[in-house]
Amino acid sequence: MKITVNGTSEDLAAQTLDEALRELGYGDARVATAVNEAFVPAAARQAHALEPGDRVEILAPRQGG
Amino acid sequence: MPVFYGTEIASALMLGTAQYPSPADLAEAFRRSGAGIATVSLRREAAGGDGSGFWDIIRRLGVRVLPNTAGCYSAAEAVTTAQMAREMFDTDWIKLEVIGHADTLQPDPFGLVEAAAILSADGFRVFPYTTEDGILAARLLEAGCEVLMPWGAPIGTGRGLNNIYGLRTLRAQFPDVPMVIDAGLGLPSQAAQAIEMGFDAVLLNTAVARAGDPPAMAEAFARAVEAGRMARAADPMEPRDMAAPSTPQIGLAMLA
Repeated sequence: MKITVNGTSEDLAAQTLDEALRELGYGDARVATAVNEAFVPAAARQAHALEPGDRVEILAPRQGG
Repeated sequence: MPVFYGTEIASALMLGTAQYPSPADLAEAFRRSGAGIATVSLRREAAGGDGSGFWDIIRRLGVRVLPNTAGCYSAAEAVTTAQMAREMFDTDWIKLEVIGHADTLQPDPFGLVEAAAILSADGFRVFPYTTEDGILAARLLEAGCEVLMPWGAPIGTGRGLNNIYGLRTLRAQFPDVPMVIDAGLGLPSQAAQAIEMGFDAVLLNTAVARAGDPPAMAEAFARAVEAGRMARAADPMEPRDMAAPSTPQIGLAMLA
């Protein structure tokens, strides 16, 4: 299905957020996730089914002021 | 030393982690600053990105982290970012920024209060980036904030304390609320002034990171903050309009 990941369109076989992270190559990276502007905790990724057109944000620690 | 949400911090200097010439400069600036709190952010991560590398650098600093919601222009964005930051950084502290305009980076007071109420109800310890507006401060306290972070001047300008009268009024209006001057400081003397005025801490980033020698500037700010603390505790004299001789008048020779 086609979803948007960090603003870029992706065509994935994954059905859940957890599968999408693995398919995209994040592995065990330390990231935080949101789908359609709502936070999805790490513990809920496996159960979070994705729908075509979903907007996924994958964030990591960065410098900040 | 400042106490935020029941936690005493070993320094009144808080430092951002952005814009340093190198990770080594960042680490050395923190070492020489003695800062007890580092602000950090969340940004998009590509697969195989370096987010964990940055996180390792921060963890080695041995300071408490204060994640921010920089770049958020609505309460909803800020709330989602805060939730993601809480999981990522394993802290319920959040520097809440809801920006109202890109040119001034002025806080949006309405979105700020809205987000502060939602986050406080959700168990966050909110550090709102606000202005010197006393009415807004009261609304933020009602929303659950126990710390206020009024700006000295707009972020990144280095203009110092832009509205000294307003900041003095805010400090006097809420004498028991921990307050941090956040943003706009460019020089150590401005940080000393803020602490002399009774603010509990200062938070800065650009003034150190964009200096020619960031570690040296970090130490200069640390010394200024310490000078400000000593001066405040030493009970400064009251300014007056008319001159008054400091040398005794008694015993003055009559030579005229």
